[in-house]
Amino acid sequence: MQGWRRSLAFTSLIAALGVLAFTATLASAHSTTKKAGTLNIMGFGTGDDVAESRAAIATAAVGGDVKRPSGAFNDQQFLAAVASGNPPDLVYLDRQKVGTYAAKGAFQPLTSCISSQKINTKQYRIPALNEITYKRKIYGIPEFYDVRTILVDNNVLDMAGVKLSGLDTSNWPKLLATAKKLVKIDSSGKVTRIGFDPKIPEFFPLWAKANGVDILSKDGLTPHLNDPKAVAALAYAVSLVNAQGGWDKFKSFRDTWDFFGANNEIAADQVGAFPMEQWYYNVLAGSSPKVKITALQFRNKKRQPINYETGSAWAIPKGSKNPAAACTWMKTMTSTSTWLAAAKNRASIRKAKNQPYTGISTGNAVADQAIYKQTYTSINPYFDQAVKKVLEVQRFSFNVPASPASAEFKQAWNDAINRVLAGQQTPKQALDQAQKESVAAIKTATK
Amino acid sequence: MATATATAPGPRVRARRWFAGFASRETWAAFAFLSPWLFGFVVFTAGPMIASLILSFTDYSVIQTTHNVGWDNYNRLVHDPKVTTAMKTTLIYTAMVVPAHVVFSLGLAMVLARVGRAAGFFRTAFYLPVMTPAVAVGVLYLLMFNGDYGLINAGLHFFGIHGPYWTTDPNWVKPSLVIMHLWKVGASVVILLAALMAVPTYLYEASAMDGASKWRRFRDVTLPMISPAIFFIVIINTIAALQTFDEVYTAFFNASTPYGTDASLFYVIYLFQEAFVNFHMGYASALAWGLFLVIAVITAIQVIGSRRFVYYEGNKR
Repeated sequence: MQGWRRSLAFTSLIAALGVLAFTATLASAHSTTKKAGTLNIMGFGTGDDVAESRAAIATAAVGGDVKRPSGAFNDQQFLAAVASGNPPDLVYLDRQKVGTYAAKGAFQPLTSCISSQKINTKQYRIPALNEITYKRKIYGIPEFYDVRTILVDNNVLDMAGVKLSGLDTSNWPKLLATAKKLVKIDSSGKVTRIGFDPKIPEFFPLWAKANGVDILSKDGLTPHLNDPKAVAALAYAVSLVNAQGGWDKFKSFRDTWDFFGANNEIAADQVGAFPMEQWYYNVLAGSSPKVKITALQFRNKKRQPINYETGSAWAIPKGSKNPAAACTWMKTMTSTSTWLAAAKNRASIRKAKNQPYTGISTGNAVADQAIYKQTYTSINPYFDQAVKKVLEVQRFSFNVPASPASAEFKQAWNDAINRVLAGQQTPKQALDQAQKESVAAIKTATK
Repeated sequence: MATATATAPGPRVRARRWFAGFASRETWAAFAFLSPWLFGFVVFTAGPMIASLILSFTDYSVIQTTHNVGWDNYNRLVHDPKVTTAMKTTLIYTAMVVPAHVVFSLGLAMVLARVGRAAGFFRTAFYLPVMTPAVAVGVLYLLMFNGDYGLINAGLHFFGIHGPYWTTDPNWVKPSLVIMHLWKVGASVVILLAALMAVPTYLYEASAMDGASKWRRFRDVTLPMISPAIFFIVIINTIAALQTFDEVYTAFFNASTPYGTDASLFYVIYLFQEAFVNFHMGYASALAWGLFLVIAVITAIQVIGSRRFVYYEGNKR
């Protein structure tokens, strides 16, 4: 073999060994960086001031090294970590996912954590706890608590000569008539203002509940998607969309909204009203603090207020190498004193920036009382009323219970509603199909 | 002239020859050169493929105990109505996008071949969208194809055409995705341009002298001469179309855009949902092998068909 060939072959061999060594290093990186006492958290990367000020307190409480890789909880990443036998010590994720992972045995029940660290579960909101309770065992600790009220643009109502009483979700014919009065369609047929956005498919559980049906049984095992009341709720929500130009025009216009910007749909008077989570008041306070808004409670057909709640939670995966530190972290992060410290910090930051502060909605009812009592200062009559309303509706909350097939169940009703909106099926046909799919999914998951 | 009459050696002889090659230092040198790729192939391609084949016969979910389920996953695949829907969507899209891709990229390449000095600039300009992240393309798609306020319909309106509701009307979702895809033909344009530049000019001169029209020269000179490049683009884009995921998932199945319907349910999206949303890894592995089989069959048909349509210089075929 000629000399140059030999040296090239040698170089190639070295390169191959290099690739091998690099891969081996990557594979072992995770395990070599882990040391005793380190708390590895997945889904809770560097966050905003509320997250970071609490994380600082929790890190001090844990006393050891805390690793928080960037990024939100990712199923793919979590499953890969579990498959490699190296699960994180603690995860931060959507509450609706906890039941599924608990049913599959991926999370530990927190019975011993709660008793050993004397965590007062009574301070947490019951619907939030229900969401993370599977087969009567608690699998998570609730963090934030998302509340849904109807956000009204007062300007639009004034322009259309409509009174707030017209936006009564307990009186469906009246609400439909109001939506028709508020919607604006130009001469070319384009929707230029939405009257009332029912927010489907996302808020379908709220419409079904308003009509008197829970779409899933309390044990998370029996779907009620094709219950006549659920079908009627969907038919009504779709009729609201159809009365305002139909799905094509309705969505075309809604997709143009500058949702987080200064010229958002409220500031630009592009919508009369829509149900929305409470965090959006905070967005509006930052991006367009001069908007004239009103928050209304969503009422069921019996005129009782209802609130569809969702949020996040902490959970300890099975195989966690540091469950004690994980438990300390969860307890500290969600304690009243920690939440209050974070709220005070946020209030002072906002004040320094001359920005309004609308408070924090947490899964800890005791903390919420303290936060609003001690940190909330008046912004203007509009935001003050909205914040007050958010606090009022918290006690009327319901949730979609934990299920061993939460994701499939949600996918089934979400797809069903999209088929109806696209005109491919009637509400009855779509929800019959969704019922069949979700029953099969739950059956498979509980095998 | 002597004609070759020797018959092809049998498998045993071929194997013996192959092993005998290892006596030569050059064979070892060749394998040394190939070793980085071989390592990557074994570890990152062949290994996972074999693993997924094994998993496709189990109820593997990463978290729970795994059981052997025999052919259950494949049986479910055959009877799953969502598989039929997703495969139908994917095949229709592929049948639409591949010819459109070839025609559009060939048209652009032919224009570029005549541009002269500025060709370099246009090559770069056409290639830029290829490097745009798929997620950004998905978001851009929703804005550009907005029924009442999008750029595409505004353009059509200029010509007096009332454009459809591309993103919400199930009949128009696939055509709109095809049009959006055409934005990213840059790589194919570069390949076809190179092929066009390599066509010997004497062939055009000779055909012109024979009185061939422009169309005739294109049909009988250009197309046969660039047919290997076209064939390559057809194969690559067919496989890519059958694996469509990123842009469509961002536009229709993201947590903030949960508006997907059967019209936008592509096969790989369904596979992803089964694997990483519902944790049915075993079934998802079977779905992956189902797609592999479909791709293999379609590619085989294309390769067999190519014998009739693709011209390789110096090849008697």
